[in-house]
Amino acid sequence: MATIADEFHAHSDGHVHDHHDHDHKPGFFARWFMSTNHKDIGTLYLIFAITAGIIGGAISGIMRAELAQPGIQYLGYFAQLLGTKDPSFDQQLHLWNVLITAHGLIMVFFMVMPAIIGGFGNWFVPIMIGAPDMAFPRMNNISFWLTVAGFCSLMCSAFVPGGTGQGAGIGWTAYAPLSTSGSQGPAVDFAIFSLHLAGAGSIMGAINFITTIFNMRAPGMTLHKMPLFVWSVLVTAFLLLLALPVLAAAITMLLTDRNFHTTFFDAAGGGDPVLYQHLFWFFGHPEVYIMILPGFGIISQIVSTFSRKPVFGYLGMAYAMVAIGVVGFVVWAHHMYTTGLSEDVKMYFTTATMVIAVPTGIKIFSWIATMWGGSIRFASPMVWAIGFIFLFTVGGVTGVELANGGLDDNLQDTYYVVGHFHYVLSLGAVTSLFAGFYYWFPKMSGRWHSELLSYLHFAVFFVGVNMIFFPMHFLGMQGMPRRYPDFTPAYAYWNHIATIGYMVMAVSIGIWIVNIIYAFTMGKKAEGNYWGEGATTLEWTLSSPPPFHQFETLPVIKDDGHH
Amino acid sequence: MAGLNPPVPQNRNRRVAMIAAGVALGMAGLGYASVPLYRIFCQATGYGGTPRRASEAQAEGVKVAAGRTMSVRFDANVDPGMPWQFRPRQTTQTVGIGARTLAIFEAHNTSDKPITGAASFNVSPDEAARYFTKVACFCFTQQTLQPGQSVAMPVSYYVDPKILEDKDLKGLEQITLSYTFHPVPGA
Repeated sequence: MATIADEFHAHSDGHVHDHHDHDHKPGFFARWFMSTNHKDIGTLYLIFAITAGIIGGAISGIMRAELAQPGIQYLGYFAQLLGTKDPSFDQQLHLWNVLITAHGLIMVFFMVMPAIIGGFGNWFVPIMIGAPDMAFPRMNNISFWLTVAGFCSLMCSAFVPGGTGQGAGIGWTAYAPLSTSGSQGPAVDFAIFSLHLAGAGSIMGAINFITTIFNMRAPGMTLHKMPLFVWSVLVTAFLLLLALPVLAAAITMLLTDRNFHTTFFDAAGGGDPVLYQHLFWFFGHPEVYIMILPGFGIISQIVSTFSRKPVFGYLGMAYAMVAIGVVGFVVWAHHMYTTGLSEDVKMYFTTATMVIAVPTGIKIFSWIATMWGGSIRFASPMVWAIGFIFLFTVGGVTGVELANGGLDDNLQDTYYVVGHFHYVLSLGAVTSLFAGFYYWFPKMSGRWHSELLSYLHFAVFFVGVNMIFFPMHFLGMQGMPRRYPDFTPAYAYWNHIATIGYMVMAVSIGIWIVNIIYAFTMGKKAEGNYWGEGATTLEWTLSSPPPFHQFETLPVIKDDGHH
Repeated sequence: MAGLNPPVPQNRNRRVAMIAAGVALGMAGLGYASVPLYRIFCQATGYGGTPRRASEAQAEGVKVAAGRTMSVRFDANVDPGMPWQFRPRQTTQTVGIGARTLAIFEAHNTSDKPITGAASFNVSPDEAARYFTKVACFCFTQQTLQPGQSVAMPVSYYVDPKILEDKDLKGLEQITLSYTFHPVPGA
């Protein structure tokens, strides 16, 4: 285990200024707006992600309200709110496209990624490997503010013309020709630029994580001793590094097609819109692993802590994530089964996609094997983690079904797909985020949340999200297409249930916010290792919250250290 | 700062970061390289309904499969707003597999300005594209029509006899060849 020699700090300082207080913090503006401290930047990312998540979640609330019954009820009202006077029917429908676009982009780029990589990654990767900070603290700051700027650009797009009405109505996939000749006006340019900014921020973040993990591990912290959360962020950083530049290239081509008369995706000039889909999904499929892999890492830490056992099959767990990352790059066309692939190509992509179930299965079974025979404690993070394992498995099973080229011809672009990817993301990734939140919140803030409210949050959230998304499988099997604000009355029943589910889920978010307020106003002070035995990674050797600068003398990891 | 912070290996960090940045730039470059690569790939494999091209000499070498015929249906469109009329002179042709055949399309400029157009093309079903071979086509170059001018545009093609060996296309009776004329901006 780690050994920290506190008495060594700060004494051979050759600098002029005093350093008696080694926890000296800069003033408010310098600390939060010019931050180079990985924990502060992590906090900023978390605050940003929560803000963006509430906006993205509110947008889905508008959508669920509209889908509560057949017909168009609320779109006209919201179109007026966004500045369209007397919106026509088409403009109301355009608003629907704007909403699904904004919901998708916000949740992917400005909620899950900033929270799980920027937030928890920044906070705990340096601490878990025994490093004082990230390798490039100032680049870390740029990454964060680029992400914020990207979010502002996306928000701006809602208030400028985007073709039929205000805002960019192109879907998170931004397929050409809808996103090129199909959407005149600056809204789509704003949306594309927002992805450029967020992408640049994420690539810099990825470079930072890779350098930190490769070069700044404490003595004795070999790659094969790193906690699995660090492994998950390392694999994720490589996925970001390889996938995001391809998206950047593709959307730059969209931008020049829109503004500078290139014809990359325009058949009139010899281009092909299907090429855009290939480029997008070459990024887009690894992107879904970017969102879930750090979640896998968090769940591994939690399951191990509360089973009071090291993770079962540590190396298998680490390399399963590597395998998921590698195979994730060669399955992209399973998003494109209906674009005219030959039988042989479909067979390949079906098989390759199903192969991913093998390393994913290794992870699921290893979590269960970690719990097996463990001295399990059902603290709130553990309850969330078990919820994650169940919900992610449901999403994984529908994923194996959708992987079939033949079946997908029927289910493509139906609510079955919407149900599937919300089970792995909205229920999977988000559940892992909440699990990580309750696991580390007292560590980050120094104050206890209410465990009772955390259980209540979980129970209400679990019921709510399942009520929203499980009926979507029925709707999809019955043929309800996604991306439409209206439907035949035949689909009304389950849509109504889903909307009630949304309200239940919204209550759970209220409980969560009350819990945070409780922690900051009445929460007990948290000690250093408040989870006790089982919490063996380096963050538990520090106080809660950790000192502003930690590990001024590097910890030494002995050979018998736990992971 | 010695002692306060560990000796941070700045040079090592910079090297790793530079390599990583290079990888990112390389991937962005590959994104752009995919444009010509994709075109070459489609032409080589007939992927996505891209018909193949053959030279006169290659076309001479093709043996006609005796007694086997295929129906070819023709489809012609123009970009919305392009003031051309464009239609095939024949709706369908029944051709011997491997036999070189000529199909004629007619285009008429209904405006009072000269307009240059480029034709994009596609074959359906997609799997048949790799056997649908063009020897000469108006779509290989841009076409300019003077105001009111009408032009007959020929396509010389054959269906490669290898189509008979493709298990995916067993029982295929008809192939559709579709053209769409697009105005060439600034021409």
